[in-house]
Amino acid sequence: MVQGKKPKLAVWKFASCDGCQLSLLDCEDELLAVADSIDIASFPEATRAFKKGPYDLSLVEGSITTPEDAERIHQIRRQSKFLITIGACATSGGIQALRNFKDVKEFISIVYAHPGYIQTLKHSTAIADHIRVDFELRGCPVDKMQLLEVINAFLNGRKPNTPAHSVCIECKLRGNVCVMVAHGTPCMGPVTHAGCNAICPSYNRGCYACFGPKETPNIPSMGNVLEDKGMERENIVRAFRSFNANTKAFQKGARDYEKD
Amino acid sequence: MASSPRIGAKYTLDREALQNLIVELTDSGYQVMGPTMRDGAIIYDAVRSIADLPEGWTDDQEGGTYRLEKRLDNALFGYNVGPHSWKKFLFPPRQKLWTAKRSDQGFEIHPEEEEPLRYAFLGVRSCELHAIAIQDKVFMEDAYVDPVYKARRENLLIVAVNCGQAANTCFCVSMNTGPEAKAGFDLALTEVIDNDRHYFVAEAGSERGTGLLEKLSFESADSQEEAAANAAVNRAAEQMGRTLNTQGIRALLQDNPDHPRWDDVAKRCLSCANCTMACPTCFCSTVEDVTDLSGDHAERWRSWDSCFNLDFTYMGGGHTRHSFKSRYRQWMTHKLSTWHDQFDTSGCVGCGRCITWCPEGIDITEEAAAIRKTPKSQEKKK
Repeated sequence: MVQGKKPKLAVWKFASCDGCQLSLLDCEDELLAVADSIDIASFPEATRAFKKGPYDLSLVEGSITTPEDAERIHQIRRQSKFLITIGACATSGGIQALRNFKDVKEFISIVYAHPGYIQTLKHSTAIADHIRVDFELRGCPVDKMQLLEVINAFLNGRKPNTPAHSVCIECKLRGNVCVMVAHGTPCMGPVTHAGCNAICPSYNRGCYACFGPKETPNIPSMGNVLEDKGMERENIVRAFRSFNANTKAFQKGARDYEKD
Repeated sequence: MASSPRIGAKYTLDREALQNLIVELTDSGYQVMGPTMRDGAIIYDAVRSIADLPEGWTDDQEGGTYRLEKRLDNALFGYNVGPHSWKKFLFPPRQKLWTAKRSDQGFEIHPEEEEPLRYAFLGVRSCELHAIAIQDKVFMEDAYVDPVYKARRENLLIVAVNCGQAANTCFCVSMNTGPEAKAGFDLALTEVIDNDRHYFVAEAGSERGTGLLEKLSFESADSQEEAAANAAVNRAAEQMGRTLNTQGIRALLQDNPDHPRWDDVAKRCLSCANCTMACPTCFCSTVEDVTDLSGDHAERWRSWDSCFNLDFTYMGGGHTRHSFKSRYRQWMTHKLSTWHDQFDTSGCVGCGRCITWCPEGIDITEEAAAIRKTPKSQEKKK
C-alpha cells in the first residue's frame, strides 16, 4: 500500500452507457474498503463532488466519438499519473463503433430532428488510439472483481492478474461442459479474452465475445467452426461485429464473411 | 458365498452389491466420485448411489462433437470417457498454496494445509489408470514432490471399470493402455448384461480391494461369467475408432520440426487450450500472487495453464512461441515424443479427449499419421 497520503482517484466518462462505472458501484462491500484506501476525487456516477487534479489514478470509461472528447482526453492524460481504460468502449470503441462501417451522416439525418446541431466524428475509437494508456481492462461491462483487482494491483504496485487467454480455459477450470462440442451451440470462447469467468457458457449459452479478442485469436478458424455449427454467414458477421467490432481481429472476421 | 476373496481371482457382484459398495465406501469416510450426467455430458462428480450413475445412456463422439444417446439396455457404465478427467480431483484446477502476512520483521508465510481428502474413484477406465500413473511420475517422483497431489493420491481408492465398448475417438489399443485394466486399481469391474441378468465380474487388485469384496455379497465367477467379461473387453478392443502408429514416433517427431503439416494444422488450431485442459496427463500450471487492498495479506494461487497460451512462454525477453504452429508442435511433440525423454513413457494414453473436445476437431492420430506419411528423410530422397 502506498504510504502517507491516500492516492487520488478520478473516474471519467466518454461515449458509453455508464455500465462500467456501475460495476465499480456494484462492488458494494468492497467499495467501502476501496474508499478507505483511496481518495475518490471524481466519480460522476456516484457523486457530484469534484476535486481538482492532478490525479494518481484515472479510470476512463467510454470511447472517443466527438471532436470535443478527442481534446478532453488529452487534458485528462496530462493530469493523471496512471491512466487505466475500463470496458469495451474505452478499449476498442464499443458498440457505437458500428458506425465505423457505415456512413455516420446518414444515421444523424435519420435519428435527429435538427442534424445541424450534431457534431460527431466519423469513427468511434478506443482511448489508446488517442493517448498513451497504462493498462486496458476489457469487458462489456468490466467484471467487478477484475476492476477491484486492477485497483488493488495499482495500490500495491504490482501487476494485475488479468489473463489474456481464451474463455475456454475459464470454462475448463469451472468444469463446464463445452456448449459447442456437446450441444452444437456456436460460441466465441476460443477467440475471446478471458475475464468474465465464462458466465454465458456456465448457463449453457455460447460466448458473445464481450471481452474482445484474446492475445492471439485464430479468426479464420473460428469462422470455420461457427459455419460448421450451422451459423449463417450474415450471423458470423454479427458475431464479430458487436461490442468489440473495431478491434483489428474482429474487423477482419466480419470483413471475411461480408464478402461472398 | 465363496471363501475369502483373493487378489487376481474373479468374482461376481450384482447391482445391489454395487449399490452397497458405494454405501460402504461412503461409510468408511471416502468421498465417492464417479460418472454422472450434467449439461448433456457424462462428467465426474459426487456419487451417492447407483441412481446417480448414467443408467441406460451412452455417448457418440467424433472430432469436435459429443452427444449423449439412449441405450437399449440399462447399463450403468455403457459409455466412454467424457469431458472431465480424474486429474481435477488430484491436481485441482485452482489451489491456494500459501498465505502471507506482513509482520514487523517483513512477512510470514503460512503454507496452505488442507484436511487430507479421501477420494474413492468409481468407474476409472484403463486409459485413465495409465494417465494417473503418468501423473504420479510427474508429481511424486524425483526431487520435487507435489504435496497437494501426493496427499490426495496416497489416500485414493480406485474402483476401475473395464470398457465394454469404445468411442470413435478411442485409441488405447495403439497406446497399449487398454481397454482392460491390468494394474493400479483396488477393484476392477466388468459390466455384463446377459439377457435378464445384469452383473459385474470383479477382480481385486489390492488388499483394500479384497477387504471391500469381503463386505459385499460376492460369488466366485464361473467360466461362463468370466468368458462374458472377456468378451466385453474384446468387443471394446475391436471397436477402437482410431489408431496411432507409435513405432519410432519419438524420433519421427523430433526429426520433423519443419514438416509442412505443422503449417496446415496451425491454420486450424484455435490455441484455445481445450485439448490440454481435457487431457488427463497435461500437468502445466501457473501461479498468481494476489494481495488484499491494504497489502498486508497476500496469497499465492496455482491454476492449470497451457502451452497453447501466449503467456506460457513469457520471459524477461518476451514471449517465445508466437505462432500457432510453434504451440501445436510443442504440445504434440511433447506428448508423443519428448515425454519419453523426460519421464520414460508416452504422455498420451489414447483416451481421445483432445480429439472430441477440440472445437475444430483436430485429431492427434491424423496429424501423427500425416507426418509419418512424408517424413523429412523421405522428402530429401525425392
